Amino acid sequence: MQWLDARLPLPRLVYDSFVAYPVPRNLNYAYTFGGILALFLGVQILTGVVLAMHYAANSAIAFDSVEKIMRDVNWGWLLRYMHANGASFFFIAVYVHIFRGLYYGSYKAPREILWILGVIIFLLMMATAFMGYVLPWGQMSFWGATVITGFFTAFPLVGDPIQQLLLGGFAVDNATLNRFFSLHYLLPFMIAGVVILHVWALHVTGQTNPTGVEVKSSKDTVPFSPHATVKDGFAMVVFLVFFAYMVFYMPNYLGHADNYVEANPLKTPSHIVPEWYFLPFYAMLRAITFNIGPIDSKLGGVLVMFGSIIVLFFLPWLDTSRIRSTAFRPLYRIFFWILVADSIFLGWLGSQPAEGIYPTLALIGTIYYFGHFLIILPVLGLVETPRRLPGSITEAVLARNAGGGTPAHAAAAPETKG
Amino acid sequence: MSVHDTAEPNRRDFLYIATGAVGAVGALAAVWPFIDQMNPDAATLALAEIDVDVSQVAEGQSITAKWRGKPIFIRHRTAKEVEEAKAVDLGDLKDPVARNANLPADAPATDTNRATGGGAQPAGGEGAGAGEGMSQSREQWLVMVGVCTHLGCIPLGQSGPYDGWFCPCHGSAYDTAGRIRQGPAPENMAIPPYAFTTDTNIRIG
Repeated sequence: MQWLDARLPLPRLVYDSFVAYPVPRNLNYAYTFGGILALFLGVQILTGVVLAMHYAANSAIAFDSVEKIMRDVNWGWLLRYMHANGASFFFIAVYVHIFRGLYYGSYKAPREILWILGVIIFLLMMATAFMGYVLPWGQMSFWGATVITGFFTAFPLVGDPIQQLLLGGFAVDNATLNRFFSLHYLLPFMIAGVVILHVWALHVTGQTNPTGVEVKSSKDTVPFSPHATVKDGFAMVVFLVFFAYMVFYMPNYLGHADNYVEANPLKTPSHIVPEWYFLPFYAMLRAITFNIGPIDSKLGGVLVMFGSIIVLFFLPWLDTSRIRSTAFRPLYRIFFWILVADSIFLGWLGSQPAEGIYPTLALIGTIYYFGHFLIILPVLGLVETPRRLPGSITEAVLARNAGGGTPAHAAAAPETKG
Repeated sequence: MSVHDTAEPNRRDFLYIATGAVGAVGALAAVWPFIDQMNPDAATLALAEIDVDVSQVAEGQSITAKWRGKPIFIRHRTAKEVEEAKAVDLGDLKDPVARNANLPADAPATDTNRATGGGAQPAGGEGAGAGEGMSQSREQWLVMVGVCTHLGCIPLGQSGPYDGWFCPCHGSAYDTAGRIRQGPAPENMAIPPYAFTTDTNIRIG
C-alpha cells in the first residue's frame, strides 16, 4: 500500500476523503441523502448496463425487446423494475437533497460552486430520465418525446431547425430512438463526472450542518468513519426497504398504462402526463395560456418552465440573509414550508387535465414559485430578525443534551488544550 | 505578450495569434460533421412526396395520410362546416395568417385560402383548388398537417367548442378550417404543399 501510495496517492485520497475526513458532529438524517444518491447512481448504471445487453434500439422491435426482457430474459423483470423504479427513487432522494440544501442554506457562500454543480447534476438527471423513458417505445414514450422536443419549436426562427436536429427527422422516429439510446447511456457517466466535482467542492468547503455555524475546532467534528459511514449506511438500508417494497409489490404504480401500448405516430393518448417527477414543471408549462407582449403563450410557457430551474442557479445571490440555517430564521421557515407545499400543489396540478380551473390554479402556483425566489428571499433577508445563533456546533449539541453526560468523543481534541 | 508589457507587438505575437486562429477554425470545421450527422438523413428527406386517392372519401368523412412521419388530415368537409368557416370574422382569429405552403407567407387566413392547394389556379380565386381542365370547386377539401402547433400532439377531429379539432394535450381548439381559436397553440395548423393531380388524387409534397 505504501508502495502504491508513493507512486499514485490513491489510497491516501480515499483515506483522507472517506475515512479520516472530518464531518460536523450534529448532522441529522437529512444529510444522508447525498450518500443515497451516490448509491442510486450506481444502481441505475449497473441495472442499465445489463438491460442494454438485451434491449434493441430500433423502432420496429424496441417495444417487443422490452417485453422480451420482462418475460424471457433471466431476472429481466427484476432488472427492469429496479431500473424504472430506481429512477423514481433517485428523484425522491434528489428532491429531499435539494430541499435539505434550501432549508439549511447549503447554497450560501462559500458553497456557491457546490450548489451550482448540484443544479447541473439535476439538469443532467432530468435529461437522462426523459430519454430513458422514450426507450420502451410505448405511447407515452413517443408522445412525451414529441411534446418535450416540441418545446424547442417555441423559439422563433431557430426553433424548427433545432427540433429537426434533435429528432433527426420531421417527427419522432427511429433516428430519434437511436440517438436517445446513445445519449441515455452516455449521460449517467457525465453525471458521475460532475458528482466527482460536486464531492470535491464539498470537501474543499466542508459540509454545512443544522446550525449553519461553520466548524470552528476539531471538537465540532467527528471522523467520517465510522460515524458518517454507519449513519449513511443505515439510511440507505431504510431507503432500500421502501425501494424493495415498490419493486416487488407495486412496480407499475408510478407508471402509466398507456406505455404498455406500442407507440402509434398517428394517435395521441387522450391524456398525456409525464412521469411524476416532472409534473411541477409540466404544470408551469401549461400555466401560461396567454400572450405576454411580444412573447406568445407557447414561448412564454417554455421560458417559465426552463426559468424555474435557471432561477436555482442564482439562488446564492438572491438570498440576502446572512443566516444560513432556517432553524434560526422564524419567518423564512414559514415561507420554506409554503414553497414545499406549492411545489407539491404544482405537481398535483400537472397530473390534472388542462381544463376548467386547473390552468388558473397552476398560474397562481407558478407566480408564487417565482415570487418566493425573486421577491420573498431578497426582501426577507433584509427585514427578518433572526434568532440568536449558538457560539459553535459543540455548544448547540451540548445545550440540547444538557446534563446528558460527556459525549464519547469530546476528548478527541488534544491540540486545543495547549 | 512578451515579458516587456510596453513593447510593440512583434512578429512572434503575430505568429501566435495567427496560429491560434487557424487552429480554432480547424477545430470548428472538425466539429461540424459531428453536429450535422444529427440532422435528417437522405432517406428521411427522400420521403417527401406521396399520392393519396380520395375517391372513396364521402362528404363528412376524413382520412389520415402519413407524410414525413406526420399525419395529414384530408377532410371532405360538409357544406355546413364550410359555411361556418366562411362566416368567421378575420378579426376574431388568433393567428390571421393562412399558414398555407401553397400561398404567399402573408396570405390572410380566410377559409378559401386555407382550402387552396398548389397548381394552376390563382390564389384565393373563384373555385379555389380547381386545376386547369378540372370542373369542380374544391373548397370542401381541407388538407392539413394534423399536428397541433403547440407541442406536436395529434388533435381529435370534429370535437371541441368550434366543431373542428381539439388537442387533448393542452386544450387547444381549432375551427372547421383548422384555425386556432382557443388555447395555448400559437398558429393555425399548417397546410402542406399539395395539388390535385386528377379529380380524385392529391399529391402531397
